[in-house]
Amino acid sequence: MLTLKQTRQLRTFLLGSLAWIVALLVFFPIFWMLLTSFKTELDAFSSPPQLFFTPTFENYIQVDSRSNYFHYAMNSVVVSFGATFLGMLLAIPAAYSMAFFETKRTKGTLLWMLSTKMLPPVGVLVPIYLIFKDVGLLDTRTGLILIYTLINLPIMVWMLYTYFKEIPKDILEAARLDGATPMQEILRVLLPISKGGIASTLLLSLILCWNEAFWSLNLTASSAAPLTALVASYSSPEGLFWAKLSAVSTLACAPILIFGWFSQKQLVRGLSFGAVK
Amino acid sequence: MKRSFVPTLLAASIAFTTLQAQAMTTVTIGTVNNGDMIRMQELTPVFEAAHPDIKLQWVVLEENILRQRLTTDIATGSGQFDVMTIGSYEVPIWGKQNWLVSLENLPDDYDVDDLFPSVREGLSHEGALYALPFYAESSMTYYRQDLFEEAGLNMPDRPTWHQIRDYAVALHKPQQEQYGICLRGKAGWGENMALISTVANAFGARWFDEKWQAEFEGEEWTNALSFYVDLLGNYGPPGASSNGFNENLALFNSGKCAMWVDATVAGSFVTDPSQSSVHEHIGFALAPMQVTEQGAGWLWAWSLAIPVSSNVKEAAQTFITWATSKAYSDLVAERYGIANIPPGTRQSTYENPAYLEAASFATTTLESMNKADPVNSTLKPSPYTGVQFVAIPEFQAIGTQVGRMFAGALAGQSSVAAALSSAQAATQRSMARAGYHK
Repeated sequence: MLTLKQTRQLRTFLLGSLAWIVALLVFFPIFWMLLTSFKTELDAFSSPPQLFFTPTFENYIQVDSRSNYFHYAMNSVVVSFGATFLGMLLAIPAAYSMAFFETKRTKGTLLWMLSTKMLPPVGVLVPIYLIFKDVGLLDTRTGLILIYTLINLPIMVWMLYTYFKEIPKDILEAARLDGATPMQEILRVLLPISKGGIASTLLLSLILCWNEAFWSLNLTASSAAPLTALVASYSSPEGLFWAKLSAVSTLACAPILIFGWFSQKQLVRGLSFGAVK
Repeated sequence: MKRSFVPTLLAASIAFTTLQAQAMTTVTIGTVNNGDMIRMQELTPVFEAAHPDIKLQWVVLEENILRQRLTTDIATGSGQFDVMTIGSYEVPIWGKQNWLVSLENLPDDYDVDDLFPSVREGLSHEGALYALPFYAESSMTYYRQDLFEEAGLNMPDRPTWHQIRDYAVALHKPQQEQYGICLRGKAGWGENMALISTVANAFGARWFDEKWQAEFEGEEWTNALSFYVDLLGNYGPPGASSNGFNENLALFNSGKCAMWVDATVAGSFVTDPSQSSVHEHIGFALAPMQVTEQGAGWLWAWSLAIPVSSNVKEAAQTFITWATSKAYSDLVAERYGIANIPPGTRQSTYENPAYLEAASFATTTLESMNKADPVNSTLKPSPYTGVQFVAIPEFQAIGTQVGRMFAGALAGQSSVAAALSSAQAATQRSMARAGYHK
């Protein structure tokens, strides 16, 4: 018969073990991709899969000689940060208005915004492609920034709306009584007290923009192509390029993984205290 | 005097640079990622050195993404690409729609008559050539000579599918991770349906009769699909319904398959010591036949075409002429070895003794290419061209849908009869909707 203390210890141990198993399962594909990137093509598809092998940098050297990695990486950085910045510029006032000046149509508007995420992107590919062609936005960073802003806006507004709803209205009313304009209310009162929520919205938007592949593959050719397009260029219908594909995928994931690693505290805090609580 | 010299020099250099930039024509090429295309990309500096006024810009994409991307681009006339890498399926259809530039003024030294007639035919519409072949392929049988010798078996030059099954039964040793045969099972018009269509052709089946009525409920299709499902399901690797070209190549190269029927282009992969652990033991035979050899081996050509929306058609034609010329083949032979010449396009390649000696698969490839005829690919007369596909715009959707049903039968999710019946209904529906049934 276990004592209460032993039962608690056992539960902690079991939950801890479960968490480790889940974490390892989630991390395994990334680990395997990293490992494969240092294999030769022959080792990459050997069966049973090899855990121990002589590592080679050949795949990275080939990727470097075949593709201009920094051109694609710079496009990813500019487009992700640009779309996130523009999205925040639109989402903060929208969420502020919906959270603090709610009308009978607010809920409906929010649901409608979210419903646009339910439409399969391919359904609007041709009209958007034609519009982009007519206004000269095909294969431009500006075009991608615009489209990423639009596709992430509903999630950004929803997240910020949920954070803002938790802030007591009295605080903003007090600022208003002191003579603050709506802009001052947002900049001097709202933003400083919702830093956590804003940071996590910002990070989520960055990650979503960085990983987006459908629009980047369809709307760019060479000038504005981001890292997702570079990864797609190593996928082959005829020929084994798994090791090279792993190398280029590692290079594409690395910046956002490092960025996510350093900002994980903000991200987890924001997600667990905010919209997804 | 000295002061005014610097700004003058600066202005002159800016003007010179601007003029140079204006004189430079950029040709954007949309292409797929494979060994031959990578070599073409690597030889960009050679082309640019010979044509200093042309700059090449590459957009490399996965095959299906490229197809979707190019179709959107060409249908909307966006002109983002000056050269497109497309296959034998798209060229006649897009040529008919007037989406591609007709290639009539090719230089004399290009020697257009040296191209394989079947390949040239496949890239033409009403006699006009709309694309130049970069590399072409048929299908053939790859087998492990060491395993055949051990088992006392002999592979004929042109086996039948029933013989292939007998060999597969004898060589199937799943406990040792050795499978009798590897074939495409992954759903898709260019995946399992490419192989299944050639099996069906060999069994005397056809996709449509002369009035565009689907024929899946005929005896020939029943025989062909039952045979395929039995062969691959019982003597193939586990999970065969997820295997496409690359998965089978990996299995074959790691010594897990006794036989493999697939594209002739794999000849250079399976004999390459850096890729294959069994490269010394590979034998080649023609694609299996059964009641007929018509349409038993497929025909496909990756080719370079110029969309009418391109603003630099002349420069684009200069490039595609260079990339598919004899001089380009010589350049590849010099830089990468003669066995790496893009295969299947020029007859002269197969008249070169050095190539025949270096590429052990060349003779079988040549014979396969000569036998493949996209115009007469079925035993009974049919209204369409194409061996492993039907060259009509609707086929891509129909082929993929039918491919899913057949992959389901292979995976045991439905019976062969049910899969054929569903395929018949779906195809008839699509064809009626497209206006083929008057």
